[in-house]
Amino acid sequence: MTAPVPLLSVENLTITYASDAGPVQALRAAHLTARAGEVIGIVGESGCGKSTLASALINLLAANARVTSGAVRLRGQDILTLPEDAKRAIRGRHIAMVFQDPMTSFNPVLPLGAQLTDFQHHLPQTRAEKRTRARAMLARVGIPDPDLVLTRFIHELSGGMRQRAAIAAALLMTPDVLVADEPTTALDVTMEAQIIHLLRALRADHQGTILIVTHHLGVIGELCDRVYVMYAGQVVEEATVDDLYHAPRHPYTRALIACDPAHLETHTPVLPTIPGHLPDLTAPPPGCSFANRCPLVTSRCHTAPPPWVRLSDTQAALCHEVAP
Amino acid sequence: MLTYTIKRIGLAVLILFLVMLAMYAMVFVVPGDPAAVALGPRATPALKAELITRMGLDQPLYAQVWNFFRNAATGDLGFDVWSKRPVLSMILEVFPNTLILGAVALGVALVLGVSLGCLSVIWRGSLIDRVLAILSVSMISVPSFVIAIYGLLIFSVWLGWLPAIGAGEKGDLGSQARAVILPAFAVGISWVGYLARLVRASMLEVMGANHIRTARAFGLPEGRIVARYALRIAIIPTIAILAVGFGSILSSAVFVETVFSRPGIGSLITQAVAKRNYPLVMGTVLFMTAFYLVVVTAADLLIARLDPRVRDVYRS
Ligand SMILES: Nc1ncnc2c1ncn2[C@@H]1O[C@H](COP(=O)(O)OP(=O)(O)O)[C@@H](O)[C@H]1O
Ligand code: SF4
Ligand SMILES: [Mg+2]
Repeated sequence: MTAPVPLLSVENLTITYASDAGPVQALRAAHLTARAGEVIGIVGESGCGKSTLASALINLLAANARVTSGAVRLRGQDILTLPEDAKRAIRGRHIAMVFQDPMTSFNPVLPLGAQLTDFQHHLPQTRAEKRTRARAMLARVGIPDPDLVLTRFIHELSGGMRQRAAIAAALLMTPDVLVADEPTTALDVTMEAQIIHLLRALRADHQGTILIVTHHLGVIGELCDRVYVMYAGQVVEEATVDDLYHAPRHPYTRALIACDPAHLETHTPVLPTIPGHLPDLTAPPPGCSFANRCPLVTSRCHTAPPPWVRLSDTQAALCHEVAP
Repeated sequence: MLTYTIKRIGLAVLILFLVMLAMYAMVFVVPGDPAAVALGPRATPALKAELITRMGLDQPLYAQVWNFFRNAATGDLGFDVWSKRPVLSMILEVFPNTLILGAVALGVALVLGVSLGCLSVIWRGSLIDRVLAILSVSMISVPSFVIAIYGLLIFSVWLGWLPAIGAGEKGDLGSQARAVILPAFAVGISWVGYLARLVRASMLEVMGANHIRTARAFGLPEGRIVARYALRIAIIPTIAILAVGFGSILSSAVFVETVFSRPGIGSLITQAVAKRNYPLVMGTVLFMTAFYLVVVTAADLLIARLDPRVRDVYRS
């Protein structure tokens, strides 16, 4: 018996950006799998390559990006090598994205209703019918006066309403894969709680898979089933949310958990951060990327790339010092 | 939108008022009495006295200013010192020529400039883009009198295709059209280069914006994205620059009309200044200021229609 084909998988994905300082290695052999019904978290500090991975998932990389190896498979089919028309047919309809900053992610000079109608252009319905669908979706994400919001411009809405509108836009086509890049970063704590609440309600009746990209562990704990931890363009640990919090294995994951405000024993005025910096991604170190910040570092960490060690069915880490 | 419209028009009226005040003050700051300057040193006292009463210069200052504003408000810009004809009708007689010149120059600049700009966006970084860049910069830097004189030399004198002087026969559209080609190119050519660069820059900026990425993420066709999502924003700086540029187009018309002996506001004001014909100078300047304000205000209102953020700045 062969394993069923996962809904979404990323294999060995390596992406570089052309820059004046040389190619920036934003993703190095990144990988993940997501099955229908799962909510997956992707977590890591800023600059770890999370947004690059998200852009690759919707097939919209920056002009200076180059995929040097790997694949993104939707139901087994590699979508990175499709012709442009076929890519366009998948975007929005099968894979949709909630962008990082809803203020700049909507067109500033078109009313929201016009944009939400345009976004359904894959559908055969009339514009009036699409507008009705858009209205229903706005109501569904908890916007109190959807008719009014359809006539508004994005700058006329509050931060929370903008984020809800962005989520409504992504859900319009009932996509198989919903990618949310930092869905709560632009919001204050109350708004954040409301959006998390909304996403939880939506996950209950979403058939496909949801990928939540964030540098905020609290969001992961509230929403996700499984997590991929990223560091310097690599996936360094894969775990269930329970294991992430209670049995993290990679030293970077442990450091992240130790810095999470929810896990602090005493309240400190200054949030702790992991000391040190990300390595220069134009020239990543030959050994482990985390070596310059790792408390468990040994000499081989500086010279040999760490192996991907499978620890259980659901947990694995990229480290010399872990063993099942 | 209504508040915005009222505020913009109010502002235009206020500016016009201040310009009129400044203009009137200027006549008094310039040494010598206006009647003597206008009539020259050999005028008889009787002639001078007659002109002074006709221009109302014997009345108290506040009455003069009041009359000036009241007359201007009713469209009475005074009388020409020499021909005694109403200034307004003299202006209206030649103004269509200048307007046609300006409009054709602008139209040429707009059509060529926007299309060249879009071409270099589509083929950005290619050889075509680089050739267009060089072409645009040369069009910007060649002075319009060089274009005017070489245009005259090549197309009128050597080839004999286009008339060298005048605005064409009255009532004969063909000859009027031929007469406007050379002056319009002389005025408009540097604007072609300028607009091409501007459109290219604003188009590239907009196409890199997050919301364009969103539209692509929903699989919208590229043509639709350019036409509906990008151009609407990218055209805004072009409209703003064109409205302001219309002022400079009208001032280059002063010079081009002289070179081509073309009747128009430009030649009218040149002659009036040369003869110290105060009412005509003041009337023409006032008329052009008012016209310029109308153009700029109309452009601002158009921009506000295209961009809701502009109107909201005024709402709060
Ligand atoms: N268009 C780009 N050109 C060059 N470098 C980029 C570009 N986009 C991102 N990067 C670089 O790639 C790395 C990963 O960025 P990103 O994927 O945005 O990370 P994250 O979302 O985790 O903060 C960073 O070092 C960033 O500076
Ligand atoms: S490989 Fe070495 S340096 Fe890297 S995380 Fe593991 S112990 Fe730390
Ligand atoms: Mg990011």
